[in-house]
Amino acid sequence: MPRLAACGLLILLTLAMPVRAEGPTVTVADPYLEMRSGPGRGFPVFHVVERGESVRVDTRRTDWFQVVDAGGREGWVHREQMAQTLLPAGEKLPIDDPAREDFGSHRREVGLLLGDYGGANVVTLYGAYAFNEHLAAELAFGHVLGDFSDGQYATIGVTHVPMPEWRIQPFLSIGTGVIRIRPEGTLVGTEDRTDQVAYAGIGVRAYMARRFIVRGEFKEYVVFTDRDENEEETEWKIGFAFFF
Amino acid sequence: MENRLRILLLSLALLATGCSSMPWRHGDAEAEPPPPPDSAGTPVVIDPQVERREIKTARIDTENWEAGAYVGSLSVEDFEVNLVYGARLAYHLSEDFFAEAIAGTSDAGLSSYERLSGGAPLLTDSERQFTYYSLGFGWNALPGEVFLGGDRAYNSAVYLTLGAGSTQFAGADRFTITLGAGARVLFRDWLAMHLTIRDFVMDVDVLGANKSTHNYEATLGLTAFF
Repeated sequence: MPRLAACGLLILLTLAMPVRAEGPTVTVADPYLEMRSGPGRGFPVFHVVERGESVRVDTRRTDWFQVVDAGGREGWVHREQMAQTLLPAGEKLPIDDPAREDFGSHRREVGLLLGDYGGANVVTLYGAYAFNEHLAAELAFGHVLGDFSDGQYATIGVTHVPMPEWRIQPFLSIGTGVIRIRPEGTLVGTEDRTDQVAYAGIGVRAYMARRFIVRGEFKEYVVFTDRDENEEETEWKIGFAFFF
Repeated sequence: MENRLRILLLSLALLATGCSSMPWRHGDAEAEPPPPPDSAGTPVVIDPQVERREIKTARIDTENWEAGAYVGSLSVEDFEVNLVYGARLAYHLSEDFFAEAIAGTSDAGLSSYERLSGGAPLLTDSERQFTYYSLGFGWNALPGEVFLGGDRAYNSAVYLTLGAGSTQFAGADRFTITLGAGARVLFRDWLAMHLTIRDFVMDVDVLGANKSTHNYEATLGLTAFF
């Protein structure tokens, strides 16, 4: 599996060889535009583009834009300064940037949660797609790592956010999926089990800054075993997510 | 002679008058007559049939993803030092923080117990394979530049990472906390070299009691921004 992933990433690496599309050319409207030698606040300003001159915007990395001036000098300019430059039509350069107002109306969310599933450690990666502000579909993959057994689960469900305009948003979730539990090799006489599960959960997600979210949740799982009684497990998790 | 000259002149004159009376397509002939004045006497304004041009701004390419592969050596506690290779994917959230996923694999060697006792091996070959993944966050603690000689400067950063994941080793998936420190040097705006040290902390119960182990890894990798 990692071998496959490595191959995939190497292919990705070759595909990623930059075929950079030329971006828009903008005119400096502020008194000046500071070009830094790197995409960070600590890098020195090595050139200043004056008002009325134009620069070509090539790429963006986090809050920094790589620009080329008329003399061919390449440098990095901060988002706040780029937002004050003008397009040929005279409008300000539109910069899509997630902010507090976008939290709640965002479409996609990806996150990593850690916690406890029935006494075992659990690592969960999830992705969500929102149909509207209140309702989202969610796909989660969890890896349960206990002292005596380990397993994986994959679930699909829906989450409902009653108050999407709040900064701290409670939510409810229900869903279903499968779980595979494998007892540790040192235990004798036990077998792998794959069962269907269903869950109901409650949680909260809070806006931190930019596109960051902190999220915590509690879920109650019912494992539909082929024995006489179903199993019930509780799970709590906390972690980070970002939306885009 | 005179007669012939007269015929020539006459025929030229005839040709000239004939041509001038032909209806030449002229710009003026095509021009629309001025619009008839409406009842109020003001002429009707012609609606210009010019389509407004939509100015489309070229999209700015974002390069927040970073993907690549690495190779190095991994010390599996009690099980020798071995070659490890893996892949890394990162998403840069800001100039300070990034999310990171790594996956790697190595084959552990023999423990000193197995070597000295000369008895049966503790693990089968497949159990000896050490395969891990880790998901977490990184912080660019020391961003800066490195200089090679007097002419070359490359952007760089020393970063710290914290992650959690799982390691498949000795017949079980083990919950693993990953602590790491790395140095990244960008040889091109899109190409980075990484030198990374990581510690995989997990519980292993192969040699009798369950104990917490530290498995150190040092790797060299290449990544591309896209």
